Amino acid sequence: MVEQKTLEDYRDDIAQCVRCGACQAHCPVYLETGREGSVARGKIVLAASVLAGEVGLEERLRDEMSLCLLCGSCVVKCPNRVPTDGIVGALRRRITDDQGLSPIGKGVAALTGSKVLLKTLLKGADLFSPLLFKKIPETSGLRLRFSPDILKNRSLPPLPERNLFARVPELLEGEADKPVLGVFAGCALTYLYPQVGEILVRLPHSLGYSVFLPRDQGCCGMPALSSGNGPLIDKLAKTNVEAFANRKVETILTACASCHGMLAGHYAAKTGNPFEGELVDIHVFLAQQGLIDKLAALPRWRQPLRVTYHDPCHLRTAGITQQPRQLLRALPQIEFVEMEDAGLCCGLGGTFTAAHPELSRSIGDRKVAGIQASRVEMIASGCPGCILQLQDIVDRAGLPVKAVHTLELIQQALTEPPQ
Amino acid sequence: METILKDRLLAKLADIVGPDNVSSETVDRITHSFDATQRQCLPDLVVHPANTDEISRIVRLANAENIPLLPRGAGSGFTGGSLPIHGGIVLVLTRMNRILEIDTDNLIAVVEPGVITGRLQKEVERLGLFYPPDPASKDFSTLGGNIAECAGGPRCVKYGVTRDYVLGLEVVTPTGAIIHTGGRTMKNVVGYDLTRLFVGSEGTLGIVTRITLRLLPKPEARKTMLVAFKSIDGAAQAVSAIIRGKIIPTTLEFMDGSAIDCVRKSTTLDLPLACRAVLIIEVDGDREQLDAQAGKIIAIIQPLGVLETRVAETSEESEAIWKVRRSVSPSLRTLNPNKFNEDIVVPRSKVPEMIRALEAIANRYGVPIVNFGHAGDGNIHVNVMVDLAEAGMEEKVQLALNEIFRTTVDLGGSVSGEHGIGTSKAPYIGMELDQATLATMRLIKQALDPNNIMNPGKIFLEDAPVAATGAPLS
Repeated sequence: MVEQKTLEDYRDDIAQCVRCGACQAHCPVYLETGREGSVARGKIVLAASVLAGEVGLEERLRDEMSLCLLCGSCVVKCPNRVPTDGIVGALRRRITDDQGLSPIGKGVAALTGSKVLLKTLLKGADLFSPLLFKKIPETSGLRLRFSPDILKNRSLPPLPERNLFARVPELLEGEADKPVLGVFAGCALTYLYPQVGEILVRLPHSLGYSVFLPRDQGCCGMPALSSGNGPLIDKLAKTNVEAFANRKVETILTACASCHGMLAGHYAAKTGNPFEGELVDIHVFLAQQGLIDKLAALPRWRQPLRVTYHDPCHLRTAGITQQPRQLLRALPQIEFVEMEDAGLCCGLGGTFTAAHPELSRSIGDRKVAGIQASRVEMIASGCPGCILQLQDIVDRAGLPVKAVHTLELIQQALTEPPQ
Repeated sequence: METILKDRLLAKLADIVGPDNVSSETVDRITHSFDATQRQCLPDLVVHPANTDEISRIVRLANAENIPLLPRGAGSGFTGGSLPIHGGIVLVLTRMNRILEIDTDNLIAVVEPGVITGRLQKEVERLGLFYPPDPASKDFSTLGGNIAECAGGPRCVKYGVTRDYVLGLEVVTPTGAIIHTGGRTMKNVVGYDLTRLFVGSEGTLGIVTRITLRLLPKPEARKTMLVAFKSIDGAAQAVSAIIRGKIIPTTLEFMDGSAIDCVRKSTTLDLPLACRAVLIIEVDGDREQLDAQAGKIIAIIQPLGVLETRVAETSEESEAIWKVRRSVSPSLRTLNPNKFNEDIVVPRSKVPEMIRALEAIANRYGVPIVNFGHAGDGNIHVNVMVDLAEAGMEEKVQLALNEIFRTTVDLGGSVSGEHGIGTSKAPYIGMELDQATLATMRLIKQALDPNNIMNPGKIFLEDAPVAATGAPLS
């Protein structure tokens, strides 16, 4: 079904690296550390050395391999398109296979591997409250992933009472002549930002489509990929592919860049798209549906808000940069402004932020100058992970800026009267 | 290197830079064992100093122990300048990455060697100033590395190379002395011009720790055009004709027929099918002069077999033109897996002759040669693309390269315009420099570096110091 690539599978790709160093200009981690082991070129040479038996999976190697956001920025700028994110993922899985999960990896496994646990934790509770931590055993990896230490001073959204599954039915019937669309919501849009998840379901429905949100879907597996947990990725991929297998859908929509990267990228890396339907980011879908013209035709608001856009790495590296901007430019209630370094990574990077909290923050802080100079009131983005991180970045910088999902602004334009 | 010596060095280096900034671990040795030449040699130790004083102390230590010392910036050189071919200590300068000063009254910038060239350009351009040298690697290569190799780039036709912008340097010499060359003024004739000696010295004479650069006012506007030619000869003649017409464009880049073929294979290239050569010409200056300059160039080259002239009206169109040029290098690998990338330079009037000679050499040895590059200053990137797995290919390439370099020198050119000698061109240096000149250079090296610790084995194919034991990986 979904077969994952091993380090050996990447042997030819590794040989394609000509050591030019171009990746240095685009690696968020290297820009902070200035160390060759942080950047794609160094990691590829190390991967080659592992394959050649010149170096073992020792601590220094594990350290260097942990220093990657899997953002893919190096891949799109590489003259030979060497898939460093895939290579690092494969090497992390090899490390895990060899030496077991890191404490953070265990936390991820506990959280994303058990749907029951995830639901229990999130149901009407504050995931991050100290009270909750009292209910988690001392030994649980969850304490590491969401420990008060890591979450200290981080801005977090108030946890919603009802998750996405409680807000919308599994199938919303649309017009008879229109196809059924699948929706893969992902953890963040199901539990953390269900109001955005709801737009992801209801907006296509309002365009006449039937929308299918299978209840059996789980985590996309990005945190498992990030922490090198191959078996868990297998399990999650199987769950998700099966969740969509019972109903014919030509399109599966996502509104989380990381989920899209995982489902359309990693799942398909070795054997192609395992889903019946094509995975389509919501911005691309809405642009195809002619929503840009529809939005542009709406009466303009009198005092538009200044809004900019942050490119999630997993949309930018998939070439999805124009559609979100075209949608934002068409909105009647905002004035869209481009900010400098819109494509710089926010620094979240799966479990990167848990493994390297300080580095993650300093990578994120590189966004501040661009945000400040753009004098915006809101930053829109297409990934809940980025939105979480961006809110934290602007809050720490003391900027009066709100991070939102593009869908929230589109929904506002379509439903609220002009002001 | 013996474990006892290594441990002693490790402890002493940790005293100087702190334990987090020195390593003898295999992983760190591997990640500092290569540059863009695709050769690999393991160093014994890797150190990341933070300032001039630390570097001076490291150099004194290495000199006392007779250990090779390899300064390294981005490690993106094409000739092996930062390869630890005899092991030793790789000294990485990326932590020293501060822009210390941009003086808008005197048009000067003072920087540390680890500053990325493109970052300085961005910063000075914000202030309406301009740092012209633009090697293709400018987004990741460091100014220290650019100085070590005297980097060039497309804009050198009009603006000159790195050395033309260096006013002064702080250098730690191979014995650990901290010296200061040049200064902050355009005019300065006090003593020998040591600044020029260090620029292009490939890390063999010392470690540059602070750099004073000359800046220019930023040109108001630029105009880019792409000209498609029927033949490479027409394009080569156009280069000479433009220069003879007393116009110095900012850039004058060319691509030959095989380069165009490569690009055609990997991207959709919108060029006439009959096109066998392309010139990309850019002019800059005051906005109102640009159209006149461009018009004059078009008039000069029109009789030389021009199929099409495309003048960019917007920055997007200009970017599209440059994209054609930039896609050459990555597309070369569609031709053959192994690339021998040379950067010969000939007097500008000899460009047509050199191009013809390269075609003849390619035919004679049956090896594909793709030529492109900075034709405006005679700097041609010659890429011999082969598959070394083929029997006898290694020898064939060597013969072809020898003939290329011989022809270059015979035409009054140089075997390297901007990449340096390092290890990969060291065998050819004797073709260009006579014995007396080479001996003078060696005298300078010996005077400054009596123990031959600074980047040994580069430029001159010399013996390494006694304690060097690092073994090549492959």
